[in-house]
Amino acid sequence: MTAIDTAPRTPARPAAATPSRRTADRVFQRMTLGAGLLVLLILALIVLSTVDQARPAFAHMGLRFFTSSRWAPPSDEYGALSFIYGTGLISLLALVLAVPVSLGIAVYLSELAPLNARRVVTVVIDLLAAVPSVVWGLWGFLVLRSPLQRFYQTLSDVLSPVPGVGKLFEGPVSGLSFATAGTILALMIIPIITSLSRDVMDTVPVAQKEAALALGATRWEMIRGAVLPYSKGGVIGAVVLGLGRAMGETIAVALVIGSSGQITSRLFAAGDALPSQIANQFNESEGLFRSALVALGVTLFFFTIVVNLAARAIVTRTNRHLKGVAL
Amino acid sequence: MTAASHRSGARRRGISGRRRAANALFTGAVYLAVALAAVPLALLVYYVVVNGARQLSVSFLTDSLPISVRRKTGGIGPAIVGTLLCTALAALMAIPLGVLGAVYLNEYGRTSRTATTLRFLANVLAGVPSIVMGLFIYTIFVLRFQGTGRIAFAGSLALACLMLPIVIRSTEEMLRLVPANLREASMALGASQSRTILTVVLPAALPGITSGSMLAVARAAGETAPVLFTIGFATRMNWNPFSGPNTTLAQFIFSNAGQPYPAAVSRAWGAAFTLIVLVLLLTASARFIAARFSVR
Repeated sequence: MTAIDTAPRTPARPAAATPSRRTADRVFQRMTLGAGLLVLLILALIVLSTVDQARPAFAHMGLRFFTSSRWAPPSDEYGALSFIYGTGLISLLALVLAVPVSLGIAVYLSELAPLNARRVVTVVIDLLAAVPSVVWGLWGFLVLRSPLQRFYQTLSDVLSPVPGVGKLFEGPVSGLSFATAGTILALMIIPIITSLSRDVMDTVPVAQKEAALALGATRWEMIRGAVLPYSKGGVIGAVVLGLGRAMGETIAVALVIGSSGQITSRLFAAGDALPSQIANQFNESEGLFRSALVALGVTLFFFTIVVNLAARAIVTRTNRHLKGVAL
Repeated sequence: MTAASHRSGARRRGISGRRRAANALFTGAVYLAVALAAVPLALLVYYVVVNGARQLSVSFLTDSLPISVRRKTGGIGPAIVGTLLCTALAALMAIPLGVLGAVYLNEYGRTSRTATTLRFLANVLAGVPSIVMGLFIYTIFVLRFQGTGRIAFAGSLALACLMLPIVIRSTEEMLRLVPANLREASMALGASQSRTILTVVLPAALPGITSGSMLAVARAAGETAPVLFTIGFATRMNWNPFSGPNTTLAQFIFSNAGQPYPAAVSRAWGAAFTLIVLVLLLTASARFIAARFSVR
């Protein structure tokens, strides 16, 4: 700034910002900051109030809360291991089913689809995301259950003699099982993984793709050589975010998992998960039982937070060029 | 030299069979992926429409809930009222606060330490499972008012906590799209920063903010877990969100889906159809607003 520049402006500025306007400005800024701080307040209150309610159960069980799988409210035994196992199993199952499909759709949307088809598929993904959890559960419970049971029986007959992986498919099979919960969860997280991966793939510079094609690459070679390596970090972040969502999903799982806490490698057996156990039992519980259910909630909260933080860490560490993508 | 001759050779012979096959296989797999997502959705919509639309009638939509799940008669009127009440109240709390919070992040805080931390915490809050929100409001609100804490307002608090980070995130993104020129022009004319935000920035981002908020509302309307422990259960219409238990559609579906009585199951399908129509109306209007009014 030169002297000539500032000289005429200096007197104008104090006149423009009268004290009352400055106060109004500051009040508004404080209001927005207050609204922002609400996020911090809510998170702090979530931790404090739920941990406080869960304390009796944690104190009663000690570490056995996490290491025992015996969940017997009448005798005040609360071991959460089978629910933790169930949550982990169905979330992994959901990822195994959802990730290839989501990446396929994301590649289709960002690289292959003509404009009209892209619009249609985007609507399909939006609709998948819009269906409420309880409706997925209702459909899975009333419609999918018996056809899936027959399908599981066939799979079990064919695959259970296979050494090693055969253990996963052993009978007896149930229509309401880990596998059904994983399938429904997969459908529910496909939209998240798809839309985030697609956003990431859209950031691949056109020049790189054109360069690959100009060197004679087929479309698949171009995607494998240019698109996938460039978007790897972001896609992994999207997948882990999908995992976080799958772990917390409650109502659909509560309806289709079969509600029988057990640790088994049999995917077609009935099981239970952290959120579904809370949803199914909470209104019929009291005292220490209720405290133990809140403790399940606290456990779930910390698992999902860790997974979500991991997702963000992966994205920020591997991909600085993804600034604009809202993961 | 060798690369050049190889390339021209490749062009003459065309793409090798193996590469062509890999490409075709990949293209097929991608189409299969699209089908694997679309077919279950089509089936779900088909079953909800076929089983649900049959139930619809004026009396089904307005009658009280049956006193017992075994009853053949009864509607879902109170559940519709409860859904609308809870969702509207949650929106009234979460949208203004979320927009204000986003204004702080994008207009005042920007890259400051406070703003970066709050942005991070908003992302953490967005990852909190909905059932944990329900437990949270149960422990902090319902338990405080022994016996009278299960009201629609409690449910809307839980839904508002779920919506808040979504509104903050989508609003901040929309504010970021507002060109800096607009702010500078307004400031150059002598407007204060708050005036600039209220009369220039927010109006410019309004379509995006509206559509993002409506998507958050749509998501909240379909949530079951946050209201399961917080609003109780009512079979009669209750228009008062601050007194007496209430019921939402999602909660009603959840409690009826597992019943062995055909009438209860039919009511659950009817309620599912109603809920999906409600959610889709919100989603579709959000998309419409975003597409129709957005200025990019």
